Amino acid sequence: MSNDHAHAPAHVDDDEHNPHLAHHFDTMGQQTASAKLGMWLFLATEILMFSGLFLAYFILRMFYPEMVLEAHEHLSKWAGGINTVVLLSSSYTMALGVRSIQLGDAKKLRLMLVLTMLCGCIFMVVKYFEYSAKFEHGMLPGKFYSAHLHGYEIEGLPHIFFGVYFLMTGLHGVHVVIGLAIMLWMFIRAGRGEFSAKNYVAIENTGLYWHLVDLVWIFLFPLLYLVK
Amino acid sequence: MSTAVQSQDPHPAVEPSYLVSKRGLMSWLVTVDHKRLGLMYLASVMFFFLIAGILAIVLRTELFTPDQDFMSAQTYNQVFTLHGAIMVFLFIIPSVPAALGNFLLPLMLGAKDVAFPRLNLLSFYVYSVAAVFLIVAILTSGLDTGWTFYTPYSTSTGTAVITATAGVFIAGFSSILTGLNFVVTVHKMRAPGMNWNRMPLFVWAIYSTAVIQVLATPVLAITLLLLIVERSLGIGIFDPAMGGDPVLFQHFFWFYSHPAVYIMILPGFGIISEIITVHSRKHIFGYKAIALSSVAIAVISFVVWGHHLFVSGQSELAGVLFSFLTFAVGVPTAIKVFSWVATLYGGSIQYNTACWYGMAFLWTFTVGGLTGLPLSTLAIDVHLHDTYFVVAHFHYVMVGGTVVAFIGGLHHWWPKMTGRMFNETAGKWGCLLVFVGFNVTFMTQFFLGHQGMPRRYYAYLPEYQVMHQVSTIGSYILALGLLWTLIYLLHSLWKGDKAPSNPWGAVTLEWQTQSPPIEHNFHETPHIHGSPYDFPEIDKSAGALHH
Amino acid sequence: MLFSLLIAPAAAEAALPPSNPGTPPMSDSPWSLLPAASANAEALDTLYIFFWILCGVAFVGMIGVQAYFMWKYKKPAHGHAKTSPLTHNGKLEFIWSAIPTVFFVILFIWGEVEYMKQVTPPPDAMDVRVTGQKWSWTIEYPEVKGCSLTNDLYVPVGQPMRLTMTSVDVIHSFYLPAFRLKKDVVPGRYTVLWFEATKAGLYPLMCTEYCGDEHSSMVGRVHVVPQEEYQAVLAKACELKQGDAETAEDFGARVVTRGGCASCHTTDGTVKTGPSFKGLFGKTETLADGSTITVDENYIRESILEPNAKIVSGFSPQMPSFAGRFDDKQIAALIAYIKAQK
Repeated sequence: MSNDHAHAPAHVDDDEHNPHLAHHFDTMGQQTASAKLGMWLFLATEILMFSGLFLAYFILRMFYPEMVLEAHEHLSKWAGGINTVVLLSSSYTMALGVRSIQLGDAKKLRLMLVLTMLCGCIFMVVKYFEYSAKFEHGMLPGKFYSAHLHGYEIEGLPHIFFGVYFLMTGLHGVHVVIGLAIMLWMFIRAGRGEFSAKNYVAIENTGLYWHLVDLVWIFLFPLLYLVK
Repeated sequence: MSTAVQSQDPHPAVEPSYLVSKRGLMSWLVTVDHKRLGLMYLASVMFFFLIAGILAIVLRTELFTPDQDFMSAQTYNQVFTLHGAIMVFLFIIPSVPAALGNFLLPLMLGAKDVAFPRLNLLSFYVYSVAAVFLIVAILTSGLDTGWTFYTPYSTSTGTAVITATAGVFIAGFSSILTGLNFVVTVHKMRAPGMNWNRMPLFVWAIYSTAVIQVLATPVLAITLLLLIVERSLGIGIFDPAMGGDPVLFQHFFWFYSHPAVYIMILPGFGIISEIITVHSRKHIFGYKAIALSSVAIAVISFVVWGHHLFVSGQSELAGVLFSFLTFAVGVPTAIKVFSWVATLYGGSIQYNTACWYGMAFLWTFTVGGLTGLPLSTLAIDVHLHDTYFVVAHFHYVMVGGTVVAFIGGLHHWWPKMTGRMFNETAGKWGCLLVFVGFNVTFMTQFFLGHQGMPRRYYAYLPEYQVMHQVSTIGSYILALGLLWTLIYLLHSLWKGDKAPSNPWGAVTLEWQTQSPPIEHNFHETPHIHGSPYDFPEIDKSAGALHH
Repeated sequence: MLFSLLIAPAAAEAALPPSNPGTPPMSDSPWSLLPAASANAEALDTLYIFFWILCGVAFVGMIGVQAYFMWKYKKPAHGHAKTSPLTHNGKLEFIWSAIPTVFFVILFIWGEVEYMKQVTPPPDAMDVRVTGQKWSWTIEYPEVKGCSLTNDLYVPVGQPMRLTMTSVDVIHSFYLPAFRLKKDVVPGRYTVLWFEATKAGLYPLMCTEYCGDEHSSMVGRVHVVPQEEYQAVLAKACELKQGDAETAEDFGARVVTRGGCASCHTTDGTVKTGPSFKGLFGKTETLADGSTITVDENYIRESILEPNAKIVSGFSPQMPSFAGRFDDKQIAALIAYIKAQK
């Protein structure tokens, strides 16, 4: 492993005048590389956190395979499917946004951020309707489970399935909301002209985060909605 | 090979130190200076060390007689739980990385700060919020689950489990952020010329620690989240009454908490490598072996969690595998200890307080390491599991290892951090008291444990009384030593001599700037040309040197 | 306390205070408080001694070298000595990596072999069922109908025993130090422990997984008796009927012991997890909902059969039901016993 940090003399003159260079970095290259490495590490922690939940899910499925099959029939494949399409599209618009600012087009970046946020909002609205239906039917986690009182008989221990369902989709939903907040912040900053073809690492990191949110959903959808 | 030395103090007193460069309370509360944050962590972890230490003394006092004395069973259970939870989550885990690591890492790398200074400040406040949660838990209905939060006890007890686990959950995020910051710092902030083979071993140790923090702590977060959800919504993952599996929680928990043991001890290894080299003026013996063994320990630590479940009813095959892997951790650990002893060979050993702590560490940590062997041996562990033998073993590793190294490191870098020298004679007396008190307290507990004394008993069979009394007296001596240390260190802040920039004659970068350092650490970016252990006292003509 | 090491087991049993039901003496050896009372214990002690010798040699060697270096290479009074330029030595490093590895493998294999013996019960083992609960052990013998003991395990010498264990509440751990064995007792599943006692005597049985308030009181006794006496001893232990010459109160005291009541209820006024029996009868207590109740025969009976129906404020619902375990005569005797604790 050789010396991998950026002390290359290139662009030093530029950087001394760059207002986005923090005091403790020597070059923009070093700053950007640090931010990216930091983001990748953060994504690793996110994946590990979700993998704990996935593990819980697989253990549940191993313990009670029939119950999971039966309970998952009560999830709306349509809602889940639409949300999958919506999130995939949002990942595409996000990628376009990153591309545009790499080319220096801040205006197009803002447009793409708006489109991505729109998709995120549609996702949350669909989620809202899905959750409301579950609440109405008493398909709630753990001790609040009361679907049998609403005329839905599911064999076994469906309260665990809905516990895991709400926990996984809920934690994912929280990540979507956080993503929306970050994009709004990036939208404002882009409006102030903070980003350019030379300084876009924050947008890139936002994009990475949003792709992760998308990726987690790509796993959640088949595991929860399409078990069969 | 040339030294890594900058000219010493090229601009004496041109710039004020980081302690006084900005003034006022606000300049501390919103500081992004890694050195100030290091000091703030140091004050915080010391506060919690004091609190949890007092709890320990209370426990030992109750155990002076076999019967219940001055505490009810409930109180005793809460006190041992809080002793463990505070020591682990608010003291040991942040002690070396967040306090000393924060202060030293950028200095040792020749950087101006960590990679993400604002994130560093955030970590500190996240840690503070976690501490508030734990304190609220204590002040409301307490916590009586043990620091391990085993289900289904933790889902059924009436104490403030949710508040406390939320606190630990939050503390976990502080740990993740610190780890992430350090990994990026080591990768991206090294001064020109400092390649991976020229990093001080303390940096290697902090780096390995940070990797574990980043990879293991998220699993703790999700485990505790599942526990909180289990307790509040009863989703039934861990609760057998609702179709769940309580042992599953133990797998989840130890998947984090065993690597966490190495989060606690690896930084201590780093400190010892620095202390032993500097105070014997010797190049470290086996630099690569020590650096890579830290990494090896970090990797293996992820696959040994099952040794906490040897008697839980897990499959025999799992037991065999985990036993084997646990022995595998012993090899890199042994290599380290031998290399430290070999470093002393042919040195010029200066008997000062930091050195004494280093020597004490070799004793206590070796005992801790060797007594890990019977615990890894499946058949013997069946007898010793959850007895005082285990209690003694992990105290030898956590206190005899980490805390002794931490206090040693504190003495070693005290002049750099505070700009003051402490009284060496007082320091040696403190070290002696700590060493004797510690060994009397915990050596006894190995015998207690082997003779069947279970953990977490407030009352015990009268046969065990003599050894319990010896242990209690030892704990008083240990407490006295620690209090004495606190007193003379604080005293040095007001009355200590002004520290020179390099009082021990070290060659790592932190000693090449003034004591205490200036806000941006170095007047000019240092350039590194050689090993961090290339002391001028080394007799280069004495033998063949092949590099 | 030390004198309890010297007195004979039988005498110690008679001398047990009722508030501390599990205090058998452990050993008469001045070197170890711990007797070895099973084949497993003897085999493990050999391995344990091997470990101590191994670690002792390693420790003394290492500390010896360290001390020698510290003495030999102490810094001179003024200035520093020239130091050795040694930085590494591949051969030495290989040796000190390989030697521990060899010993680790020996320990691992030896431990493995013994472990497999520990976890493989022979086919002729006698079955016993163990149930852990806060804070007592219920021990049932399938071959003696209706026999349910609390905190007392009877085993014959030389007969392999297989304990099938589960818990009704939280995780406990069944620990027999004299046999060097333990196993967690987990709710919702069965775990198995087997042993063959080799020496008659009275040995402790303890819980080693923290299980709440009275974890420390979850201590019982293992009575290892000669084969030929076993049936008679067990039958006598299982019998819980009032003797001809026995008062209801004395019989009640035996019922209290059988039920393991003392782990939560004292007779000296100390409040543990449950109220003390002392002066309990006739007291007026306030319930959690604010209503009051007088402790009379009916309330005590209800509290035994349905413990969580009416809980006095300040206490938590911790007690297991004894419905089906105590019959009417035994409950009547228990009430008589409580009445007598003034």
